[in-house]
Amino acid sequence: MTELSGLFFYLVSVLIAGGIYALLCLALNIQWGMGGLFNAGIVGFFAIGAYTSAILTTPETAKHLGGFELPIFAGLIGAAIIAGVTGWAVARICVRLKSDYLAMASIGIAEILRLVIVNESWLTNGSLGISGIPRPFGEYTAGRPADLVFLAYVWLIVLIVYLVATRLYNSPWGRSLRAIRDNEASAAAAGKNVERFRTQTFVIGCAFMGVAGALSAHYFRFLSPSATDPLLVTFLVWVMLMAGGSGNNRGAIVGALGIWALWSVTEIFTNRLPPEWATRSSFIRMLLVGLLLQYVLQKFRAGILPEKSPPLHFEDEAERPAPEK
Amino acid sequence: MSALLSVRGLSAGYGGPPIIEDVSFDVEENEIAVILGPNGAGKSTVLKTIFALTSVTGGAIDFHGTSLVGRKTSTLVTIGISAVPQSRNIFPHLSVDENLDVGTYAAPPADPAATRENVLELFPDLRAKLKQPAGELSGGQRQMVALGRALMCEPKLMLLDEPTAGLSPAYLERIFDLLLDIRKTGVTILLVEQNARQALQIADHGHVLVNGRNFASGTGKALLADENVRRSFLGGAAA
Amino acid sequence: MIDFINFYLFPALAIGSVYALGAVGISMIFGILRFAHFAHGDLMTLGAYGVLAAAAVLPFNSVLLLPFGIVLAIVAALLVDKIFYQPLRQLPTIYTVISSFGVALIFRSLVQLVWGSQNQVYGSGGVRPPLIFFDAIRVSALHVQAIVATAVIALCLHFFLSRTKTGRSMRAVSDDPELAQVAGLDTEKVVRWTWIIGAALAAVAGLFAGMDTSAHPNLGWNLLLPMFAAAILGGIGKPMGAMAGGFIIGLAEELSSYPWIGDQALISPSYKTAVAFVIMIVLLIVRPQGLFKGRLL
Repeated sequence: MTELSGLFFYLVSVLIAGGIYALLCLALNIQWGMGGLFNAGIVGFFAIGAYTSAILTTPETAKHLGGFELPIFAGLIGAAIIAGVTGWAVARICVRLKSDYLAMASIGIAEILRLVIVNESWLTNGSLGISGIPRPFGEYTAGRPADLVFLAYVWLIVLIVYLVATRLYNSPWGRSLRAIRDNEASAAAAGKNVERFRTQTFVIGCAFMGVAGALSAHYFRFLSPSATDPLLVTFLVWVMLMAGGSGNNRGAIVGALGIWALWSVTEIFTNRLPPEWATRSSFIRMLLVGLLLQYVLQKFRAGILPEKSPPLHFEDEAERPAPEK
Repeated sequence: MSALLSVRGLSAGYGGPPIIEDVSFDVEENEIAVILGPNGAGKSTVLKTIFALTSVTGGAIDFHGTSLVGRKTSTLVTIGISAVPQSRNIFPHLSVDENLDVGTYAAPPADPAATRENVLELFPDLRAKLKQPAGELSGGQRQMVALGRALMCEPKLMLLDEPTAGLSPAYLERIFDLLLDIRKTGVTILLVEQNARQALQIADHGHVLVNGRNFASGTGKALLADENVRRSFLGGAAA
Repeated sequence: MIDFINFYLFPALAIGSVYALGAVGISMIFGILRFAHFAHGDLMTLGAYGVLAAAAVLPFNSVLLLPFGIVLAIVAALLVDKIFYQPLRQLPTIYTVISSFGVALIFRSLVQLVWGSQNQVYGSGGVRPPLIFFDAIRVSALHVQAIVATAVIALCLHFFLSRTKTGRSMRAVSDDPELAQVAGLDTEKVVRWTWIIGAALAAVAGLFAGMDTSAHPNLGWNLLLPMFAAAILGGIGKPMGAMAGGFIIGLAEELSSYPWIGDQALISPSYKTAVAFVIMIVLLIVRPQGLFKGRLL
């Protein structure tokens, strides 16, 4: 019986983390799937959101900036705003250039944020981290039932973001965006303000990434710079979206859950290995994620749930020279 | 006798609907042949197709009796065909000398120094500019660098896509004179031109395309005199 | 003044050498393959560990064992290009960027898998006495080696690019890949040489970076940002510009922590990386084609 309930709550924890990844994936889908923008610093916006919400909602302490004790929902909104504003600054500079530059700048932002988080103790308590971050409805529940409440909370937000993303996708705004993604020149010729559309896309995506970061801070109740490890968050989310289906919001969620499930299941096995193998096994898992990304890029670009309409026609367009004048 | 280049029933495009359909013509050894036609007639597409830069949907291209369909662009230089695209036909950050040198890499001539000397003989203007980056030259001089680069592999056939586009009338005449000089060295030239009247005056044969199809063919003189071609294509402007 | 030279200028030139050697490869790959190679830092790491592995078996100075690191990096780069990048070449280059992002992860996890994730030092790890010039200038031998090696490499590279057939072909492909194809140049050979040179220089840079502190799996990744900044500063597709860019970024980083005003470091050393980033951002706003008339991607 305890075995079974242990399994159940393990599943709950996987679904909570999976939900947070689903948010990140939906956010990335807005940027990449709809806008064709390459964000290589997902973890940076995630971290901004996490720290913003943590600082806004924790009780007063001498260790770091804080004492606002705002409600958690306000923390989430604050996270979205600060992450969105940061994204706006990056986008302002880079959207007019080829996407490689945006990738470099976004990775740079993530690095700088990591430095700030580690070095500015007055703000973040440095490497010691922020503790005592409240959970939603934390005053009414505790222990395992609290996880169930949090699970519902996370997936409610996933649902909201999914509905927003779907509305965006099907709106005239989303159609213009996809037109720009698929053929920038003709969209610009049709009078679309390419740069403004792209900036908006990037900002919306970053804001949602901030919300995901905030949720993760509230889930773990503790936040330290290790949460800003560039590898895992950014890489996993890219693999998730690619595998799930770029351009398809449902695909983003399916990809997030699928890859996260794989990641978690392999962890169960590798944790049972002898210690010296257990540490190595985490590297094997990273290696496999890297290889999985390559496989998806080459053989499985459309993903599990491909984008329905209009389909991506990058291949043809890349090869087709401009028609004769 | 067989032509140097023979195009038969050629259809091609860029993956979408065909741009040229059922185009046929011959280019004889050591002649200047010109492809003419209104904008959008598919003139450049013909050259690009010979140079394997489009997808062929039908027909044949034979050079010296060997088929060119399905060959890779980069191998055409080695069998004696070189091309000068209309725009972006020089390496701007390479010096003039380096541009010429690069022309020998794919099919090195027997005596590269002598070939270079011959090319500079044709384009004496370039002698003073050898060390300059080609991108800093004037439009006409760039065109000479481009022609020179294409001549450095000692081709049998040269394909030129509107070599006079954007040039001043003075340079335009110089380029046409140069083409006659190049032909004297034994090179066959197939070019696409907008300046139809002048081109037909130096061309041995002309081929007029309209809407991607053959419209008329004949010697330069015959086409200049042809009422039909005059009316629908050369326009009413006096010669 | 002497302190400035000993503790700021020479270390700056040394780290500048590392950036320069890394940025050359990035700039050449930018120019010829037209994508930002995110695995370049980890290619450096691989080179550094190649030397480390050889040093465990052979009792020579690490610098003499450099060929092992170079070969490992070249083989890795050529394999990765063949298996992962080449199949994506017909797609928009952003897919290759994403792929290189994944390759960075693959390289790093391989390093961790084979050599573990702890810091490792070269040789005995003892501090070598500095070289002393004019009784006052004290420079670490390693820094001198790095600076001299980079200068020699820059000369050789300049000669290679301007005089040899392969070098000129590389510049031609970088200038205009379509025309290079029309001119019959062997594009695949050019691509191969780009990887060979880029990887070899990355290995040299990785070794110097590793010997300066220690080898660890994030060694190269942590240097990626300043190297990108250096490549942009020098102008895309301008290898010599990237070299200069590397030195400028190195100097800017180190000199930013010199106590120019008062006796406090102008900018806390922990924000060195931020200096490179700020330079990159300013460039992207003001002059994205770089200082030396490079081009935009």
